[in-house]
Amino acid sequence: MRVLVVEDDEVLLNGLQVGLGLSGFSVDTVSSCADASAALRASSFDAVVLDLMLPDGSGLDVLGEMRAKQSSEPVLLLTARDAVSDRIAGLDAGADDYLGKPFDLDELAARLRALIRRKGGRATATLHWQDVTLDPATLAVSRAGRSVTLTRREFTILHALMERPGAILTKPALEEAIYGWQEGVESNAVEVHVHKLRAKLGPGVVETVRGLGYRIGGEQP
Amino acid sequence: MNSMRARLLLVLLVTTGAVWFSAATWIYFGTRAQVEQVLDARLREAARMVSSMVTDDRVQLASAAEAVSLPDFVDAPPGYEKQLSCQIWSMSGSLVGRSESAPGKRLADAGEGFSVTEIGGETWRVFTVANDARGVQVMVGDNMRMRERLVNDVMMGTLLPMSLFLPLGALLIWFSVRRGLAPLDAMAETLGRRHDSDLRPLGVDPMPTELRPVLHAINGLFSRVATARDREKSFTAFAAHELKTPLAGLKTQAQIALMTTDEETRSRALAQIAGSVDRSARMVRQLLDLAAADAASAEGDAHADVAKVLEDAVTAVSPVAVLKDSRICVTGAITGAISCDRALATTAVRNLLENAVVHSPSGSNVRLNVSAESGRMIISVSDDGPGMTEAEILASTDRFVRGRASSGSGLGLAIVDAVAKRSSGSLSVANGPEGGLTVTLTLLSQGQESPKGESCRRL
Repeated sequence: MRVLVVEDDEVLLNGLQVGLGLSGFSVDTVSSCADASAALRASSFDAVVLDLMLPDGSGLDVLGEMRAKQSSEPVLLLTARDAVSDRIAGLDAGADDYLGKPFDLDELAARLRALIRRKGGRATATLHWQDVTLDPATLAVSRAGRSVTLTRREFTILHALMERPGAILTKPALEEAIYGWQEGVESNAVEVHVHKLRAKLGPGVVETVRGLGYRIGGEQP
Repeated sequence: MNSMRARLLLVLLVTTGAVWFSAATWIYFGTRAQVEQVLDARLREAARMVSSMVTDDRVQLASAAEAVSLPDFVDAPPGYEKQLSCQIWSMSGSLVGRSESAPGKRLADAGEGFSVTEIGGETWRVFTVANDARGVQVMVGDNMRMRERLVNDVMMGTLLPMSLFLPLGALLIWFSVRRGLAPLDAMAETLGRRHDSDLRPLGVDPMPTELRPVLHAINGLFSRVATARDREKSFTAFAAHELKTPLAGLKTQAQIALMTTDEETRSRALAQIAGSVDRSARMVRQLLDLAAADAASAEGDAHADVAKVLEDAVTAVSPVAVLKDSRICVTGAITGAISCDRALATTAVRNLLENAVVHSPSGSNVRLNVSAESGRMIISVSDDGPGMTEAEILASTDRFVRGRASSGSGLGLAIVDAVAKRSSGSLSVANGPEGGLTVTLTLLSQGQESPKGESCRRL
């Protein structure tokens, strides 16, 4: 779950990056309208957390630009201006959710998960594929009733694959999902994580499609 | 007496009463003199007439005195015809004839001309003519009581309508004063009913010309208060919002510290919390400084020693300067006094230095120069930072407006500007020719210009 955070306060930006990271998101951060527009043009995100008062303009301008280009990433406005009229203006401008500062980190993470889930057209929070269950809220994974402990990156890979069972995700796509641009990427990181994931989950869940990437499914146990 | 209405009513009644009283007195004495003159003339006429009638033998001596009471004998106001009395005395002192109204006693003892005699409690005004041809004295007299009655009747004719109109006039005055002051009552009632947030202009219709200046003044005050209040409201709203963001940062970092099991992540979060608390504390201090600068009175008697102001400001900034390994170099005329409150001046210079230190690269010099020039003290602070764009310079004194890469509160220059305005000084911001920013605070100086000094401190 890759999230773009647009916020100009350094401490809060750092907090969102680390805190949302702890909740299983991979977070990219920018602190101005111009950088936000550039980031949104360059890559795609599962959700955007947008501050309204930015040094070079209003977050609503970024939002308007996004919606004008028909981009449908869920946007959560995060702002100190949280009067009802401000909320209405934000939601009418195309925002999907609104959270006033100061906020609870867990609530923000939950709202982001809900936004991403609704965008994927799913009603329930937990993902199921055969006997594998994944709960994005608690970062818990189980297979056949037995819980499996995964690292954050292993979890992110499994989460990305289970969101669209059967679809092939390329190695660069998975890299983007597990690392923001601020993090360095080790060359064979995805292979290493997939290898560990298979060892923990057992066979028959993550399948390699030679030359293309990975998907959920394939050979049955 | 504090009631305008009562005072006005009293003044009007007293002056009206006084005018009427003096008019009545004037009329009384005037009428009396006039009546005296006219009636005296009539007495003389009548006496001479009777005398000539006696001389001509036109009438009997005994009945000649009756002629004075005939209606066509002399012109007399109705009711006063029988007023004249006549006696004809022989030179030997016997009464020859008298009119009906004349008393039995002799009307006058003296010779010819006017005289006044008292007979049986009645006062008589008498004119005596000596008729030498017939050897008699003709005396014609007016009963003074009659004269008084005549004057009194005239006075009554004047005073009666006056005294009837006086209460009516008082009533009219009272009524019109009441009507005239009614808009004032209406204004007071409207103002009294108003909620304290209602600062709409006051309109009372119809408003008398005399009250219009008051209305304009009140409405002018309302509009100034409304403007100040709006500014305060938006300032408070801004301040609250500005404090919410660091609070959100603090909460997020605190939750990370609670949530994480990783020691390194926790200590980084705690360090962020400590830094954020410092910055929030600075922001609160700046809000208080700004409130102090806004609240300070614009009285011109405050003054401060430049050297002390600079020393305090440099000392206050030194912790920040130490962190950035910056030097603050003070040059120029660092003695003399400025006409500005010492605490406010220190706050202003401190904010200038703080801005310069924060925006300069580590290890650079911040230069503060003081110069005195024709009654002004010019304090300029230059740094080696990135400077400002034209748009940023224009907005630099706006509250809560930050520069591109600033993590401050956006209040620093707003505070300096507020201090400058309070002390009739000015603030200017300009980029240096070789980069960096120079901010110049000009304040009015007090007393003598001073020799130049120089000091450079490594903090």
